Amino acid sequence: MVAVLTRLLGTENLDAAEDIVQDTLLKAMEVWRFRGVPENPPAWLYKVAHNKAIDWVRSAQRKSKLLADEEKVKSSLNLLRSEVVFQEDGIQDSVLLMMFACCHPAIPPESQIALTLKTLGGLSTAEIANAFLTTDDTIAKRIYRAREKIKQENIKLDPPGVFDLSYRLDNVLRVLYLLFNEGYYSNHSDSLIREDLCVEAMRLTYLLIHHKATNLPKVNALIALMCLQSSRLDARTNALGEIVLLEDQDRSKWNQPLIQQGLYFLEKASTGDVLSEYHVEASIASIHAMTDKFEATPWNKLLTLYETLSELNPGPMVSFNRAIVLGHATSAEAGIHELKKITGLHDNYLYQTAIGNFYLMKGAPKEAKLSFEKALLMTKSIHESALIKRKISKLPLIQHFY
Amino acid sequence: MLIFHGGSDVAPEMKNPEALQKHMGKWFAWVEKLRKEGRYEGGEPLEPRGKFVSGPNKIVTDGPFAESKELVGGYFIVNAKDLDDAVALTADYPDFIFNGKVQIRPIQKMEM
Repeated sequence: MVAVLTRLLGTENLDAAEDIVQDTLLKAMEVWRFRGVPENPPAWLYKVAHNKAIDWVRSAQRKSKLLADEEKVKSSLNLLRSEVVFQEDGIQDSVLLMMFACCHPAIPPESQIALTLKTLGGLSTAEIANAFLTTDDTIAKRIYRAREKIKQENIKLDPPGVFDLSYRLDNVLRVLYLLFNEGYYSNHSDSLIREDLCVEAMRLTYLLIHHKATNLPKVNALIALMCLQSSRLDARTNALGEIVLLEDQDRSKWNQPLIQQGLYFLEKASTGDVLSEYHVEASIASIHAMTDKFEATPWNKLLTLYETLSELNPGPMVSFNRAIVLGHATSAEAGIHELKKITGLHDNYLYQTAIGNFYLMKGAPKEAKLSFEKALLMTKSIHESALIKRKISKLPLIQHFY
Repeated sequence: MLIFHGGSDVAPEMKNPEALQKHMGKWFAWVEKLRKEGRYEGGEPLEPRGKFVSGPNKIVTDGPFAESKELVGGYFIVNAKDLDDAVALTADYPDFIFNGKVQIRPIQKMEM
């Protein structure tokens, strides 16, 4: 709704658009309380927001606060009267345009995510702060900076085609990818919050798929990746909310419809001549999804994919995963050797845990325990430390002291 | 007729948008329940402002005031056999926790 209104009022009036939405929701609370929820709540909300927007444009016109000229006010009002923008297609278009504006390269990356969630996801500053385990203040500042940038740089809600689509789209995809990962890998103890982020990222990616101009192979690859990863969401934690590793997951709990959907999109993604990192990551996820038990994992296939991935998108996390796969594909010895070559991850509990695992596979419980204990010092949540304590308690013939 | 006084309209807790949303959910559920049972006939919110006109000189004064604990926030018209039945319908009134009050008044039926 903010997206629709911003399209009408102009990005420079993003604040006004948000105020109108806020007012509309308050109005709904007041009225629905005594009249009951109407049959079509979204239509009701849009109608009220629409009227409020007209009022706002008129009063802005009177105060001549609107920096734009007479022409623009007229076109705003005409657009408002035509009501086209309030129909389903119009709404989706607006969201899409807003997405491209929120992910404008001039806006700092962390602000892009915060702004996308706030403007398109309808999350409050407090909810975003909670999801990213940071303070309201930090998020408020990020959003503020993003809005200032929009004004300074005069970022408009231009339809794709006006700007360089492929460049801007990459940015949008990256934000959606990060948003999804934030939900998927976050240490947040509240699983609902994590799922919200994943769902929001998927919803916005679906919108891109439904739009002709942005239904491109790499967008399909990204949604494939999201479907395949989220199929494991339920199996990733146990009843206590503790993390269950891929190796120990109950694979019958994997969500088959999501896997099927992921494979479908992956197939649709396999056209054209661009191989994106999303393609490779989705392929990796699809291999896991199609393997019915951990021992049957085709490690050599995965290794080839990780090698492609580290060429496309080199980084410590990719090397880290590659090293683990290499260890499984060849020997624990080789895995440890590869892992130790990586720099920049020594403070990461997963990294130390992985080394410990290979020592254990190799039959060196003493070294394994040392690594697990290092990992224990680096964990940030109780679930992570519970996971490692379980590992330590399973170590053979070693006396532990806590 | 159920006339609602005070309650969440004047409760400071309701300044928090998330708390407000949660509480209003209870109202929506209540209306829905009454509607399903065929009890709910209609209702309207009242704006928190108005005027009094009084006396032979028709003196106009301000009020009621939005802060007033007695402020009428809105009303329902419901179907009830008698007063006791109407009292029973208020069981799910969500604003008791905010010291809200429900005034129950039978609407006079005209026999024609």
